[in-house]
Formats: sequence, structure tokens, C-alpha cells
Amino acid sequence: MKFAVIVFPGSNCDLDMYHAVKDVLGEEAEYVFHTETSLEGFDGALLPGGFSYGDYLRCGSIAQFSPIMTEVKRFAEEGRPVLGVCNGFQVLVEAGLLPGVLMRNRDLKFMCKTVELVVENNQTMFTSDYAAQETIRVPIAHGEGNYYCDDATLEALKANGQIAFTYKENPNGSVANIAGITNETGNVLGMMPHPERAVEALLGGEDGKRLFTSIVKWGARHVTYN
Amino acid sequence: MKKVNVYVTLRESVLDPQGVAVKGGLEHLGFSGIESVRIGKVIELQVADDTTEDMVKEMCEKLLVNTVIENYEIEMGVLA
Repeated sequence: MKFAVIVFPGSNCDLDMYHAVKDVLGEEAEYVFHTETSLEGFDGALLPGGFSYGDYLRCGSIAQFSPIMTEVKRFAEEGRPVLGVCNGFQVLVEAGLLPGVLMRNRDLKFMCKTVELVVENNQTMFTSDYAAQETIRVPIAHGEGNYYCDDATLEALKANGQIAFTYKENPNGSVANIAGITNETGNVLGMMPHPERAVEALLGGEDGKRLFTSIVKWGARHVTYN
Repeated sequence: MKKVNVYVTLRESVLDPQGVAVKGGLEHLGFSGIESVRIGKVIELQVADDTTEDMVKEMCEKLLVNTVIENYEIEMGVLA
């Protein structure tokens, strides 16, 4: 599979994302700058963490106007995998590809630590290599990861199985302990924790790796090369 | 040119931890009787004279405000 790692001004986890896909999984990956206008030839799009456009106005709010985002939206509509981690998640909600919003952490602190997540739905293209309700350990590093949506949206997320990951112990005040959600069709995942930072035992754990192997397995079944 | 102010506030249903922290600070200084503190922002725009309130409203809905958690009020034609 060939992944596009989208690079915004202020992205700072793009190298980690690239390393996870290219060096650890052995898949193809390329950096795609925010000014590009085509994702032709790519099978999946990865939006990394960071502080795109300095988080001006609201985190993720300016990045949605990057030229490449038109292509990311097309990708999402075509059912291809789109993964946004941390700031990438914030960009996806601001772009309207995922519901809700990410607010300042409940305690107003930037939190940087490894947390336990529960895999709430292992029937997605991002989570098929996990067991249902499995507990995994993945690092978080964010100041604005407090997921919020209104009650009607929350009910819809639950009813459609869109809640992919929850925190075992809520670090930031997110509603329903939400750590990661998908869109209704299940091909766009946004999550605050960093799976790309948990792909090697040397760096503290490998629990994030199976998220990427899940995507690759999905790709092996669905991606056709012309 | 005319000046437009957009006042952005958090919706009532949304907890404002920043406001809670500032309320604690004020109480620490000895100010009493503070019911609540909620923090928003003001966006000042200088726009062409023919800019209508509907156009500013569209700016709010499309970018300036995230209506999932924020409310806004528009004040048109404030003197600079």
C-alpha cells in the first residue's frame, strides 16, 4: 500500500508517521506537502500530529483550507482510508469529515504520557487486528484533546459503532471517554493518542502497530493496482 | 471601510475550564460573590462599506466560529 503523509506548516509528527509505515511496516510512504493538489497513486492518507498553522483561531481550523484537503475529502468520499492523529484529528473535525470538536483539556494542561485505551469497535479497517474490548497502551501528547459533541451526535456515534477507542481513565474530559471515532462509513478515523509512536518495543511498546497492519490487511483485500 | 466586531462565547452547555481557573484566581485575590467567569474572544474586522451582516454571518458560520461549542454576536459599523 502507498500512504501519503500530509505535511502542514507546523506538523511535527510527520516523521514518526512516515517511520511507522515505511520502516516498521515496510509499506510505501511519501510526504505530501499541503500545497499539493493531487493524491493520485496513493491508497491512504495520514494526517499527522503537530500544530498546523500555529493552531491559530482554533486548532485545525486553518489547515482545512490547504489545497491538499480537497483531495483528502475526495479520498474520504471514495471510501479510502484516512487517518488523523492528534492535530490530524483536530483538522478532520474542523474540515467536517468527522463530527464534534476538540476543546482544551479539562485541567488546562498539556498531557504527555502513555495511557490505556479500550478497543470499542474492532470491526473497522483500522482496528481489525485488535480483539474486541482489548486494552492497549498508546501515548498521548496534547493540550486540546477534550472531545465534545452534543447528545444527539453522541447517540448516533454509539448506534453506528463509530466510537473506535475510549480511554480507560479519562485524561482530558472527553465525553463518554472518547479517544477516537470514525465517520459513519468507517473509512475516516480520528484519534488523539499516537499509535505511530507505539510501533517498536524499543520505544516503549508495539500496541499501535496493529492499527497500521489492520489498514494494510484491508488494503490487500480492496486496493487494486492498475 | 467600516469596523465589525464579532463576539464569540462558549455555549452555555459547554464547561469552560479556563473561566473556572480565573474565577478561582479572583477569589484567591479576595474578590467575593463571583457567580461564574466565562471567557470568549472578540474578532475585529475592517471591511468594505458594502459588507452586509449576512456576509459577516457567513464568515462566522464557515470559519470564525465553531457552532458546535460557540455562540456569536455581530456588531456592525462600530466606529474605529
